Amino acid sequence: MVNNITNFSRSGLSDWVLQRVSAVILAVYSVFMVGYLLLHPNLDYTTWSGLFENTAMRVFSLMAFIAIAAHAWIGLWTVATDYMKPTALRLGFQIFVILALFIFLVWGVQVLWGA
Amino acid sequence: MSTMRSLTFDAIIIGGGGAGLRAGLELSQSGKKTAVLSKVFPTRSHTVSAQGGITCAIGSADPNDDWRWHMYDTVKGGDYIADQDAAEYMCTEGPKAVFELEHMGLPFSRFDNGRIYQRPFGGQSKDFGKGGQAARTCAAADRTGHALLHTLYQANLKNGTVFLDEWYAIDLVKNANDDVVGVIALCIETGETVIVKSKATVLATGGAGRIYASTTNALINTGDGIGMALRAGLPVQDMEMWQFHPTGIHGAGVLVTEGCRGEGGYLVNKDGERFMERYAPNAKDLAGRDVVARSMVLEILEGRGCGENGDHVFLKLDHLGEEVLNKRLPGISELSKTFAHVDPTNAPIPVVPTCHYMMGGIATNVHGQAIAQDDSGNDHIVNGLYAVGEVACVSVHGANRLGGNSLLDLVVFGRAAGKYIESALNEGIEYLEPTQADIDTALVRLNRWNESDSGESVPELKRELQQIMQNSFGVFRQEDKMEEGVQQLSELRERIAKAGLSDKSQVFNTARIEALELDNLMEVAEATAIAALARKESRGAHSRYDFPDRDDVNWLKHSMFFPRDKRVGKRDVNFAPKTVERFEPKIRTY
Amino acid sequence: MLQVSIYRYNPETDSAPYMQEFQVDTQGRDLMVLNVMEMLKEQDSSLAYRRSCREGVCGSDGMNMNGKNGLTCVTALSEVVKDNKLVLRPLPGLPVVRDLVVDMSLFYKQYERIQPYLLNDTPAPAIERLQSPEDRDKLDGLYECILCACCSTACPSFWWNPDKFVGPSGLLQAYRFLADSRDTATEERLSELDDPFSVFRCRGIMNCVAVCPKGLNPTRAIGKIRELLLANAT
Repeated sequence: MVNNITNFSRSGLSDWVLQRVSAVILAVYSVFMVGYLLLHPNLDYTTWSGLFENTAMRVFSLMAFIAIAAHAWIGLWTVATDYMKPTALRLGFQIFVILALFIFLVWGVQVLWGA
Repeated sequence: MSTMRSLTFDAIIIGGGGAGLRAGLELSQSGKKTAVLSKVFPTRSHTVSAQGGITCAIGSADPNDDWRWHMYDTVKGGDYIADQDAAEYMCTEGPKAVFELEHMGLPFSRFDNGRIYQRPFGGQSKDFGKGGQAARTCAAADRTGHALLHTLYQANLKNGTVFLDEWYAIDLVKNANDDVVGVIALCIETGETVIVKSKATVLATGGAGRIYASTTNALINTGDGIGMALRAGLPVQDMEMWQFHPTGIHGAGVLVTEGCRGEGGYLVNKDGERFMERYAPNAKDLAGRDVVARSMVLEILEGRGCGENGDHVFLKLDHLGEEVLNKRLPGISELSKTFAHVDPTNAPIPVVPTCHYMMGGIATNVHGQAIAQDDSGNDHIVNGLYAVGEVACVSVHGANRLGGNSLLDLVVFGRAAGKYIESALNEGIEYLEPTQADIDTALVRLNRWNESDSGESVPELKRELQQIMQNSFGVFRQEDKMEEGVQQLSELRERIAKAGLSDKSQVFNTARIEALELDNLMEVAEATAIAALARKESRGAHSRYDFPDRDDVNWLKHSMFFPRDKRVGKRDVNFAPKTVERFEPKIRTY
Repeated sequence: MLQVSIYRYNPETDSAPYMQEFQVDTQGRDLMVLNVMEMLKEQDSSLAYRRSCREGVCGSDGMNMNGKNGLTCVTALSEVVKDNKLVLRPLPGLPVVRDLVVDMSLFYKQYERIQPYLLNDTPAPAIERLQSPEDRDKLDGLYECILCACCSTACPSFWWNPDKFVGPSGLLQAYRFLADSRDTATEERLSELDDPFSVFRCRGIMNCVAVCPKGLNPTRAIGKIRELLLANAT
């Protein structure tokens, strides 16, 4: 057993499952978005914001944002542990990524439920 | 040299093949501080190349199988100079040793009832030769040696054996009483020379097939243990007995298992005739290896060999069908494609008898204790020295080993030596410490090479040695050729004594190792040559044109080669098994 | 004449590794790469490499030949030589001891870590433990590993984390024991593997499968371990 404290769940298996589940969510979200855009070639702001007035769409989007955050964290954590050998650099990078993802997530919530 | 580091163990085992690892395991399990010293990482040892299986009456293929039948086959196969107490020990202890291997995890192939798969091998019979062919060789496909060696290595890891991987043993260290008290060894990676002290030094260095130009043996099989014993002044037994395996791939020397014939393959000459029917009407292709090898050479000499030069015969397997080949002989198909460019599912494999196994070696009792003889021919134990496996001559193989008996020999006697050493250590042993002079004696040849500045090159001398052995001490032998060979070897010895080592570096210097190995090849070759010349009869693997018959009056004996005066003496064969009637020598037919 | 370019480094005399050029007259024969190296060693006895069985079963002579890992003793020149040129380098990703000899300690450490031996806590019977041919078949393609390290040293994940990622060879052996019907330590074995490095650094690159000289498939075994972990933890 290799010890680690900065990965998402401390378990390789749950990281692995989470990455796959989040990938599926993102794939579905992407397909939905592409389909929606194709079906609305002359999309205007009213229609677009109308879509996000719908609570189901907000929940779906939030789910996608969380999936992005989890997916990105697991992936970038892996990249950091592969390629960044100096501890200070690796830890610094990981903290930066966590903060960035947190900010993006909060920002996303604000956009979805904000005014 | 006074600064030389010293390591101390309860037991030091030199060689990490099947026998060494089995001995190491037994000792580690008993809590003794045990080290296995090997010139290669243990799983690179030559045991890994064993294919067909381990012969043992475990009663799987035939519930009525009997260890006595196995013993009879072994004694007969050895042309009656196998020691019957040792053969008895091996055949009775065998099942325990095999079941232990299985419990350790060895992935044996299986019958439908879940028991270990057994296949027929050469020289096997039921009911003391009267009940037809037996199937007694326990197999893991055709990779039994690989499976066995890895399993034993794993078991040693589990039990905390100390491994000195890629260390090379140079010479034995003896004290003033001629007890063996350790060994000088070289760490190949750093070049450091160390004395390893121990109350039990176990030689498990394997064979020396590399004395021949054409051999199934690994490049590392250079007879290091025999060389060390001879330089320490100890005699070696039955060194003229070299097994030529019938089926080495023509040109490459790579082995294809006797299991091929056990599974139903057979040999054909250029006329497509299954010629073994003429030489061994009953056992046919599953006669003793010496018998089959001689028959093949006769076919070739009489002009019925295959190929452009008529210098080999064919092993036919295609009639077995793809399923049997894939399931039971997958490794053979691989080797055949790589080295003979032949797919055995549709074409026969070109094969030729190839040097395979050294029946002789350091004489030991069933506990692995090395035995020497005094001037009047009385046996005595060499304190502190043990030998197991191919380097030893217990002797269970006599003048010709049966297929599948070598793996059994390794595990039975590796285990036996381990058990004996454990009890000896528990009872307490004290030997004199070696003096600086004793240590210096063991460093002589290393220093010789290290101080040599010019001289002939090692590879060239090695090639000449191998050619001499191939030409004069092959399947068939005769006085004049052998005398010539002995003469050539003695000249070669002088040249080797003056040969040079140009690379004196310390880190992973393989040139130095090859030079040290050449010394050992020389020792083995000379012992073989002189013993072969001395044995004036034909027995087992030792076949002479000038003495074509077995001579039980004069030579129902072991030969003993004494290195100090290069003399060959005789030693009695044991005819006193403990629990069965002795097997009297009979005419050997298959 | 075959052009052979060999990685040379002797720590006692060289400050840095370099490539040395040799010419070898193969007389048109399709030799094994090991045969060529033996010819070179006669020209220059200081050339260091490992070898033992010379028939592809001992696993000593793993090496990088024209960019691909393999065993020199079973690789014919015709399989690797391009434009009459052969480039020999040590197995990538492990420290070089000398010339073509690498320090395999990390590789062996990972092997030892997976407890490469049968664990069975039931009393052993007087004979062998029975195993059906079907159960035994599950070990085919697993037990044949020769520990040559061709796979692990071709694996980028092992290059980056050789101290943490078990690597394809070790994982193949881990599964060999998980798959053995006689082994009773499945849970214990799995619990040792469920961290983000040991198994999960495998990215399915499959270099291991491409180079294995015994034709084994570590990626598939790793997939099976993941399935077991999943089945065990959900």
